[in-house]
Amino acid sequence: MSVMLLILLLLGAGVVAWASERVNTTLPNWIALITFVATTLWVLVIWFNGPDTAGLYADLNCEWIPRFGIYLHLEVDALSLMLIGLTTFLGIVAVVSSWTETKTRHGFFQFNILWVMAGVVGVFSAFDLFLFFFFWEVMLIPMYFLIAIWGHEDKEHASMKFFLFTQISGLLMLVAIVALVWINFNISGVLTFDYDVLKDANLDSTTSRLLMLGFFIAFITKLPSVPVHTWLPDAHTQAPTAGSVILAGILLKTGAYGIIRFVVPMFNEASREFWIWGMSLGVVSILYGGYLAYSQTDFKRLVAYSSIAHMGFILVGVYSFSKLGTQGAIITMIAHGFSTAALFMMAGALQERLHTREMSKMGGLWVRAPRMGAVTMFFVVASVGMPGLGNFIGEFLVLIAAFKKSVVLTVFAALGIVVAAVYGLSLMQRSFQGIPNPDVPKMQDFAFREMSVMVLLMIALVWVGIYPQSLLQMTAPLLPGLLRLTS
Amino acid sequence: MKLATMFQAGLPYLVLTGGLLVVMIGVAIKRTHAVAAVLTIVTLIATTLSHIVAYSALGDGAVQIDPMFKINGVSYLFNILFLLAALVVAFLGSEFLNRQIRFKEEFYLLLLCATLGSLVLPAAVHFASLILGLEIVGISLYAMIAYPEKARPPLEAGLKYLVLSGVGSTALLFGMAMIYAGSGSMEFANSLPSDGSLEGQYFYLIGNAFFWSGIAFKLSLVPFHIWTPDVYHGAPSIVTAFLATVSKGAVFAVVFRYAIEGNVLDSGNVQFALSVIACISMVIGNLLALLQTNLKRLLAYSSIAHMGYLLIALLVVESNSALGYETVILYLVGYFLMTLAAFGVVSVLSMNQEQELDTIDSVSGLLWRQPIAGAVLIVSAISLAGIPLTIGFFAKYYLFYAGIDGGMWTLIGALVVGSAIGIYYYLRIVFTAIKRPLDDAEAMTGLPWTGLGILAFLGLCMLAFGIYPTHLIDLIQNVVQASGF
Repeated sequence: MSVMLLILLLLGAGVVAWASERVNTTLPNWIALITFVATTLWVLVIWFNGPDTAGLYADLNCEWIPRFGIYLHLEVDALSLMLIGLTTFLGIVAVVSSWTETKTRHGFFQFNILWVMAGVVGVFSAFDLFLFFFFWEVMLIPMYFLIAIWGHEDKEHASMKFFLFTQISGLLMLVAIVALVWINFNISGVLTFDYDVLKDANLDSTTSRLLMLGFFIAFITKLPSVPVHTWLPDAHTQAPTAGSVILAGILLKTGAYGIIRFVVPMFNEASREFWIWGMSLGVVSILYGGYLAYSQTDFKRLVAYSSIAHMGFILVGVYSFSKLGTQGAIITMIAHGFSTAALFMMAGALQERLHTREMSKMGGLWVRAPRMGAVTMFFVVASVGMPGLGNFIGEFLVLIAAFKKSVVLTVFAALGIVVAAVYGLSLMQRSFQGIPNPDVPKMQDFAFREMSVMVLLMIALVWVGIYPQSLLQMTAPLLPGLLRLTS
Repeated sequence: MKLATMFQAGLPYLVLTGGLLVVMIGVAIKRTHAVAAVLTIVTLIATTLSHIVAYSALGDGAVQIDPMFKINGVSYLFNILFLLAALVVAFLGSEFLNRQIRFKEEFYLLLLCATLGSLVLPAAVHFASLILGLEIVGISLYAMIAYPEKARPPLEAGLKYLVLSGVGSTALLFGMAMIYAGSGSMEFANSLPSDGSLEGQYFYLIGNAFFWSGIAFKLSLVPFHIWTPDVYHGAPSIVTAFLATVSKGAVFAVVFRYAIEGNVLDSGNVQFALSVIACISMVIGNLLALLQTNLKRLLAYSSIAHMGYLLIALLVVESNSALGYETVILYLVGYFLMTLAAFGVVSVLSMNQEQELDTIDSVSGLLWRQPIAGAVLIVSAISLAGIPLTIGFFAKYYLFYAGIDGGMWTLIGALVVGSAIGIYYYLRIVFTAIKRPLDDAEAMTGLPWTGLGILAFLGLCMLAFGIYPTHLIDLIQNVVQASGF
């Protein structure tokens, strides 16, 4: 029940924030901030209370559309809980990062942020395929509004591209879901969209492969992986800061979550045969994303392409079909959420101060704003994969797991870390180091508002980096079920 | 069948005809706009309510009246849908007439007449009643389209519709004659060739070719769609709303009857031809919509695509008639809501204008200039695109389910492609509506509250059914099952 309340709270707060715009223009910000802080604390309480005997933190199952056996089935296990926690926490980051950025329609802005988050929480907890798809699409519309209304110069094109890519791949998934349900209905006589029933559907191998592809395409589009990644750089560059934070921090994770939660367990045989494709796509994304990242001159675009590279590690990890690889992928999801959110926040802060994202117009900013420089340095090295910080753990686990599956592909994937160092450091050099750009005489440094969030993100990354066992322990009991290990 | 039962089952028709006569006599005695409008609205509401009484006459199946009509629960569902749509048109129309037209009262007569015709079609099981219903709708519509007597475009549109719809009807009649030549019966149920002779088969096939061409004209399916954008564009928006919803829905109601009673889809040729028409309608309708800069023309092309989508529901009837009916009714409910809302927005916005504000640019920043109309337009565009939280999503879901149930993978492919293209132009409407308004754009004031109220109601319905469609789905399913499908 509690997760439904959580969703309703976010939706309700969205409406209140929108309405409060009439009273005061900063009131919506406060409402959104308080909501996200409260929900984050709430998630922490649930976390510390621990799971019930079935390993669930929350559970709700009631009828929605009985005609088709569709239930309002929300479940929160350890994986869902972590991601929901990430969602609400990054909600705080998103709100704080855009505190002064929006100049118009503050209420509607916060409304959209809160509603995206509500949709995402739904995606992470839906255990009914129809409901999952419903939330999957619902989170798109507010995100579209965020880009289309508050975006930068080329927002129409970017928002349209974002929407088209996700919608079209989503349609394929819808066809696959309906076909799966219908086939299961013909075999067993039970019309249901329930995840737990459908994952044991008795499919023949051709059908299973085709349906798997329907899901897979939708999820790698969201992830995104090469070759369906082209929407991401555009969407990121044009989105307002909060939009980028949410997009990179959370929405990409829904794609990874979908692969781990749906593709692998539901079409296990077919996915295992598919491993070489999954892993190769991952490796290509790592190298190609890294290569493109290096050649960018736009701060935000660089970070966006680096996301593609990092998401490649998730594919490699999942398609190694080992406990270690999956755990590595999950840690990467969490750590990448923190580090990229911070980098996008930095990009937003720079744009707000310099009115440009071009790195050629930056340079030597460390002198002007030492706090911003230090913070950027921290997150860049985190993103590069410095031991002791979260990203390293995730990528390292992925590489160990992948090594057992294919040495060649692992070698190439590991090269990606070198590439990451190259573009990461070049980002640092071109923007914050070097000769101070004379066109930028002074720049306001981070104040308390921004620093407090950054410190929180740093603590989170260090925690994942130094004590990953806390997360590994939580997800370990889930792995046999997710990977369908027989033992 | 007892006479009393027949009268009871036919009650809605009697009420509507009675109301129509009262309005006509009232107008003949004294022209008063308010009286005519109120009488019309009362008639429509009374007719809708009379279905409650009439429904109990049906018992467990259908009531046959002569060979011409067979009334069942599904007919009533269609009827209620058409009546509610007519009610919306009457409400919005009264404002439009009040502000723009000199001779107002005849509009209501035409509206009631057209509604009566559309009520005939869901009950028709005979070619004679089919053509009767179609022509009542058609002839009323010619006049309704050309109603603003001073402007040129409506007149042009009316004439265009008159000629082309006449051609369609001719094809339809010729097809019926051929089918009759093969079977010796005008009833749907006996329309198959009476003997197995080759001659009979040919009559049947050629007859059906003409029949379905005529129907495709009426439904504006590709390649018989040429008239649609011009007529939609030229007619007053409120009439276009009626044309796009009720007249299309009624034709669907009757062809479903024909397909089920006449088992016409057993013929592989008919099925193949309809599948091809469906595919090209979905793709071409959506592609042409991409190029439009006028909202009404855009909606016209999108309606071509939607009619193509709906053929999936028709084609599934062959294997699963109950699912086919459920799909078509739910889809029509959704389609009616979103189409009425979209044309309604254009109509309400244009209330005080010489020329209709029907270009896409004219709704630029609408969400901020006129929040209610803007929000409704956005919801309706999102719903037409089939995105969740709106009824359009469930409508599309039903199509997918029906298509998969019938194993029609090509059509599902076309549906995916069509919807994908569709998203592009529907989203363009959304994007335009949320744009920051230009500085010199005036706020929209002086719009009628009844109009905005109805638009808001339509928008809320789209959202409510999009979040909790359970009762609607259950109602449709129960009625379809009770009707014996």
